Amino acid sequence: MRVQMVLATALAQGDEVRQGPGFLDRALQALVDGIQFGAIIAITAVGLSLIFGTTHLINFAHGELVTIGAVVAFFLNVGAAGPGWHLIPSALVAIVIGALFGGLIERGLWRPLRKHGTGLINLFILTIGLSLLLRHIVLVFFGTRPQSYREYDIQEALDLGPIGITPRDLVIIALSVLVLFGVAFMLQRTRTGTAIRALSSNPDLAEASGIDVNRVVLIVWILGGGLAALGGVFFGLTEIITWDMGFRLLLLMFAGIILGGLGSAYGAMVGSFVIGIVAQMSSLWFPIDLQNAWALLALIVVLLIRPQGILGQRERVG
Amino acid sequence: MDWAVIVSDAIRSGIGPVAAVYALAAIGLNLHFGYTGLLNFGQVAFMLVGAYGVAASVSTYGLPLWVGVLIGLGSSVVLALLLGLPTLRLRAEYLAIATIAAGEILRLFYRSSWAEPVTGGVFGLQRFAVEFYDVNPIPRDTYGIWLVRYTSLDLWALSVAWAMVLLTAGVVALLVHSPWGRVIRAIREDEDAVRSLGKSVYAYKMQSLVLGGAIGSMAGMMLAIQNQSVNPDSYDPVVTFFLYTIVVLGGAGRVLGPIVGAILFWAILTFFDSALREAIGAGYVSSEVISAPEVGAVRFALVGLGLMLLMIFRPQGLLGSRKEMLLDAR
Repeated sequence: MRVQMVLATALAQGDEVRQGPGFLDRALQALVDGIQFGAIIAITAVGLSLIFGTTHLINFAHGELVTIGAVVAFFLNVGAAGPGWHLIPSALVAIVIGALFGGLIERGLWRPLRKHGTGLINLFILTIGLSLLLRHIVLVFFGTRPQSYREYDIQEALDLGPIGITPRDLVIIALSVLVLFGVAFMLQRTRTGTAIRALSSNPDLAEASGIDVNRVVLIVWILGGGLAALGGVFFGLTEIITWDMGFRLLLLMFAGIILGGLGSAYGAMVGSFVIGIVAQMSSLWFPIDLQNAWALLALIVVLLIRPQGILGQRERVG
Repeated sequence: MDWAVIVSDAIRSGIGPVAAVYALAAIGLNLHFGYTGLLNFGQVAFMLVGAYGVAASVSTYGLPLWVGVLIGLGSSVVLALLLGLPTLRLRAEYLAIATIAAGEILRLFYRSSWAEPVTGGVFGLQRFAVEFYDVNPIPRDTYGIWLVRYTSLDLWALSVAWAMVLLTAGVVALLVHSPWGRVIRAIREDEDAVRSLGKSVYAYKMQSLVLGGAIGSMAGMMLAIQNQSVNPDSYDPVVTFFLYTIVVLGGAGRVLGPIVGAILFWAILTFFDSALREAIGAGYVSSEVISAPEVGAVRFALVGLGLMLLMIFRPQGLLGSRKEMLLDAR
């Protein structure tokens, strides 16, 4: 996205003599960028949504799982003390570490606390503490300087008629869609997926019919951690790796989840794409530093007119 | 390591103007979270509109300070209504996410190049607190005992801020012990029971949101006046998380909770900060491990860890009762 922006401005400046790219072309380009951004939000938001669906916990520390994925891959790829691997094996190891970390905090923190009977709101505030702690541990080790991966950093955009897209971004979109379909297949067709859906729709009934709740929740956390790490690597590739990248993405994930309907995994996917597209399309009319503000504003507007979200079920409280 | 410096730093910060501002904002948050059970994660947004209400009115439009204060209060009421109308009828999580999102939207808009003619964009605004310091009755000098000393400007700001804290705490104490207060506490415990008694839960929640938000905007004004400048980036979501730590530390649902919490929070935080800097300066902690600029990061990590330990081992804080903090989201 960054490189394209530079190219686009370079093009725009060069074209001033002849003719700038038409509005339709720019809109198409923004749409493609939005789909890509939305895909990254969707990958990370699905995990967050599944965690909410199964445990009713809003995990404020989910952004840090994203950052940890990106930063671990960075360490393995270009870190001064790291092994200097190629990005692909680095990313795979980062995903495994992210998944293990997700599982670890479920086993070591949330499960004992649930057993202890800690209230949901207390757990909610706990995730905020965890988020602050993790984010600033990353800051101490990683520093405030934005970084990039060694491979696939700068690429020439492929010219596809009105739009230009780098091979890197094309691969990211394809992989993201593949992963999202994989998650959907898992939810629909496997026993574990069915158990996750059962737990989301009625925890008591699910437990009574013999589903091991703790095991399902552990799987959801492992899945969420791995997906977040993958999203982190993608986000670091398309934009830049910073210590607070996950926290900046977190609000957009929330927006995607609420937009799609709280607790529905497919809703989270749809909502995330809408958020990504709104963010990128807004820069057609408005300054680029307001991208995320428009995306979040879309969230507030949806709350006003359709509070249950796009795919959510109507549930009235009060 | 000079322990006198560390301890005096901690005391100066604990009773300083910033602690007073945080105590005030936390009183508002305590009304939301501690008494009504509303998950407001955007208290910083109320502080932001309050601060800019004063700063933009005086600095950009040349209005007198008191008009700025009214504009700041007015904008916080409008913000509370805008946030409350769509979300207070929904489950608790919606308010949480809408408020944190609103805080970020406002911060991004206030710092954008668009709003720069009014808000000064990323540069913020200065020179709006002159009227406040002109009426300072304290002669120019430094005051205090031992190493804990303030300039006359700081002493004036902190006296006014603590006076506001005590006044607001008094008003909140009267309110929560009134019939109105019993209703909002009942909403925190069991919304449906209150509704079945014929009370409009929605209206009471809204009143609580508006009132706590207005208190938050006063804190924002005081922070702006005390700094003599506003900058959008100092109104980060982290401020709200600090306020939650303060409320939980002191004891949610207690009148004195936020005050005790704010004093202790800033004293402990500055103690660690100062001790760490002294230890690095004296060579006890190698600057290879933690360099001086990273001390700030360590302080935030400590707040996070502290908040986690509090929620696990003592969710009622110092003054609260355990029974009252067994909240569950509905």
